[in-house]
This record gives sequence, C-alpha cells and structure tokens, in this order.
Amino acid sequence: MTETSKAETKNLSFFYGNFQALKNINLSILEKKVTALIGPSGCGKTTFLRCFNRMHDLYPHNRYEGEIILLPENTNIISPDIDPIEVRMHISMVFQKPNPFPKSIYENVAYGLRVRGINKKSALDEKVEKSLREAALWDEVRNRLYGQAFDLSGGQQQRLCIARALATDPEMILFDEPTSALDPIATSKIEELIIELKSKVTILIVTHNMQQAARISDKTGFFYLGELIEYSTTDKLFTAPAVKQTEEYITGRFG
Amino acid sequence: MSDIKKRIRYNKFWNYLFLIIGLLSTLVGLLLLCVLMIDLALDGASRLNYQFLTSYPSRFPEEAGILSAWVGSFLVLLVTALAAIPLGVAAGIYLEEYGRKNWLTDIIEINTANLAGVPSIVYGLLALGLFVNFFKFGESILTGGLTLALLILPMVIMATRESIRAIPNSIREASYALGATKWQTVQWHIIPYSTGGILTGVIIGISRAIGETAPIITIGALTFIAFLPAPPLTPEFPFLSFQWLMDPFTVMPIQMFNWVSRPQQAFQQNAAAAGIVLMLMTLIMNGLAIYIRYRFRKKIKW
Repeated sequence: MTETSKAETKNLSFFYGNFQALKNINLSILEKKVTALIGPSGCGKTTFLRCFNRMHDLYPHNRYEGEIILLPENTNIISPDIDPIEVRMHISMVFQKPNPFPKSIYENVAYGLRVRGINKKSALDEKVEKSLREAALWDEVRNRLYGQAFDLSGGQQQRLCIARALATDPEMILFDEPTSALDPIATSKIEELIIELKSKVTILIVTHNMQQAARISDKTGFFYLGELIEYSTTDKLFTAPAVKQTEEYITGRFG
Repeated sequence: MSDIKKRIRYNKFWNYLFLIIGLLSTLVGLLLLCVLMIDLALDGASRLNYQFLTSYPSRFPEEAGILSAWVGSFLVLLVTALAAIPLGVAAGIYLEEYGRKNWLTDIIEINTANLAGVPSIVYGLLALGLFVNFFKFGESILTGGLTLALLILPMVIMATRESIRAIPNSIREASYALGATKWQTVQWHIIPYSTGGILTGVIIGISRAIGETAPIITIGALTFIAFLPAPPLTPEFPFLSFQWLMDPFTVMPIQMFNWVSRPQQAFQQNAAAAGIVLMLMTLIMNGLAIYIRYRFRKKIKW
C-alpha cells in the first residue's frame, strides 16, 4: 500500500492565552493509517489532537499559529478564513469519556446526519445500521434501537460514539484516549475496531497507554512539554528510539 | 476503658440533643402550616361549595363567590407565563451559551440576581408608569400579567441558567464535534435537557405570582368585579378575540383582602374559603413542579 499524506502540520503552535501549549510541530499524518500520540500528562498531545477539528475555537483566548494542511484538498484548516464547522463536517471525534446524548441509540447515530439536513427516514435507517455495523455494535443493539443510549454499558457507549462519528463519512477520526474510562475487555474491542476502521478512514489517536500505541498504530509521535520529540514508525519508535528522552519515557524512567 | 465509655456517652448526649433540637425546629414550621390550614378550614369550609366558585362578589356574603377572582387570576397568570417563559428562557440561553464572559455579562448577572430581590410593590410602580401610563394598556389583564411577568422574570432566567449549567460540557462538545452550529446544539440538546429545571423554576415563579397583591393593587386592579372578561372565542369570524386582554379584572388575593377588610363576620368566612382555594392552587402547582422535576431527572442521567 502506498503511503500518502492525509494531513500535514507546518510549524504548528498553539496558545491558551499567554501559555504556549504547542511549539512548532511538524508532522505528517498518513492516509488510512493509525497515528498514535504518546507522552506524559500535560505534554500537549490532546491539545494537538483538538486542533484538527478546531475544538479550541469553542473557548476564548485560544490562538493557533502555523498551518494544518488537509490533503488532497490542500486547505489550511486552522486558517481564520475556514469555518470551524466546515472542518468538523470532515473530521469527527471520539472523546475520552463516552458521551452519548441522553437520547435513543438511533438518534445518537443519526444526529450528525440531522445536523447536515438529512431527515428522510429510509436514508437515516440505512446509515444508522451501516454505522452501527462498522462500530461492531449492531448485533447487540438491533432490537433496542429506540432504547436509551445510557442503558448501554460503558464499552458499548463508546462504540456508539464511534458509530456516531462514522455516520457522517468523515475523512479522519480523532480519538482522545478513547479507552481510558473502560475495562480491559471493552478496551480490546475498541482496539480491534480501530485496526479494522483504518481501511476506511485516517485515524489519529491520543493514548496514555504505550502498549496500546504499540498494538494498534502504524506511526507514533512522542510529545513532551509541547514539543514533538520523536516521530517515526511505531516499530522503530518502540524498539530503537532515536532520541534519549523517548527511550527514557518508553522504558518508564519518567512520565 | 470506662473512661472511653464515659466519653462515648458524653459525645452521644450531644448527638441526641441536636437530634431533638433539629426535630423540634422542623416541627415548628410544619405545625404552624397545619394550624394555619386547619384554622382556614374551620372558618371557611362551610362556604366552600359550587355556588362559591361560580358566583360573582356580592353585598350579601352568602351569595358572594370568587368566580371573577379565580378567572382573573387564571388569565393574568396565563399572560404572565406566556410573557415570562420565552423572554426568560431566551435570556438565560443567551447568557449561558452565547454571551462571552466579560464585564457586561457580569453586570447583567449581578443585576438579575438583584432584580429577584426587589420588593414586588416596586414592580407595581414600574408597571404603573410603563404599561398603564406610557403604553396605555389600562388597568387590564394584560397590564397585570406583564407586571407579574417582570416580577418572575429573574426567577425564570436564573432557573434556566442553573439547569443549563447542569448539562455537562462533554455533551456540547459531542454536538459541536459533529459540525452542529450553536443554535442546533441549543435546539436539540440544551433546551430539551434543561426543560425540567426550567419548568420547575417557572412553576415556582408562578406560584409566587399567584399570591402577589401589592403590584396588582398598585396598577389599579379593581376590588369588586361582577362580570367576566370577554370570551376568547366568538361566534363570528375570526372566532378568536383578544378583547379579554384589555378588560378590567380582579385576582384571588385582592378579593380576599377586600373581604377581610369588611366588618361582617360572614365575609371573614368568605375570605377564609378563598384562602383555602388559593392555597390549594399553590400546592397543586408546587406538586406539579416536583413531579416534573422527578420525571425529567429519571429520564436524563449523565
């Protein structure tokens, strides 16, 4: 499989008010691959992830510098001329804690489509089933699509959130520590799912768990204090890291 | 060993002492309410009948009733709700979801909190100047309803803001992350999830408004009304009439006040009977508020 870039960050910096959380990040995300971001708490990996769907625009005093070029459109998605809503229409997100809406399972998945003005029952039905199948949840919920999403278990809720993110046919999905609130069995289901999904969509995932990054990702970036210390193929980063700090982190000597 | 037992006994003594003090304090409120209800019931129960509910006030106490008063109260509160709910909810949503936090929203916030504590008669004065004299609405149901709407507006705004704040931010982020605009998020999430809290605030506001006398007297509501407002439905086109909005009116507490201030014993009984009806109305509304809160809490968990 050829390796083409899906997105490239060019000298990306990010500021919360006066605090610089990201420092000149240059990184290229490969299409239909899993890119994992690791690093200790507060190192900027989640901040980096949330640049890709302009989540930071929801809060005041946040400022981007540099560029994130989305390919092949070749648009800078953090440019002030680009509407953040347009970016979110193409890049969806799965959060740290499962956050389904207090609505039915069906309505949770259909929500992104309704936002896009799709309200035809047949179109919604089809898309909801397809997304739930892709998120490996269909068999568990097919008989209670109109039941409350909150009655599902934590792992099911997170897969529901993945189905919700898939329903809008995104080009890229951002995962922000998607398994940190889940038990090991639910975690392994989500991991399998992510590996399967990469045939369809580009995946960027932040994780606390280095084994998880090693298991599911093709490329891994190590962040420390707002800087990208090392970025290479996952195999190389975990077996032969080029930078000393990376080695110390993955061997558990700090972080 | 025995020292420790002594100590425990001593500690427990204070524990039980507070238990008794707390229980007595609780009972004072409850008992007073019971005594009040029983007193009203003893005085007024004999007057509580169908005739009482369907008669106009009269010079003869045994013929007098509260028809114009409860219809007036109902219509005034209808106007109050129709005015206060959209205004208060829209303002609350704006302040929580749209307004950026700056000195202006801070001032608005402090003012809303202060408005809730303004004595109701001051609202009456404001309404007299604004609605009666400036807009020339007259001493009408419209004026009464809008006055009470002003009175409960801060409560509605605060209830709205509180229940919006209870919605976790993760829900908003989930909605925005799917490409929703602010209005789509408000329409599909913020409003539905905060409806329980908003309704509770509205009902509690209205049950306060139903007993308000001072502002209604200030705007010049009459104390003796022996007719009903114009009916809202008419036999001729366009079948709907809003004439009732402009009609003079009275409300329950004014009717009570009128009767209490008369020398005859029989009118005192009428006042007590009207008091029972008023209290029942308040109790029903508060019960409804509790029920709605319970229903919505059960439906939505985070």
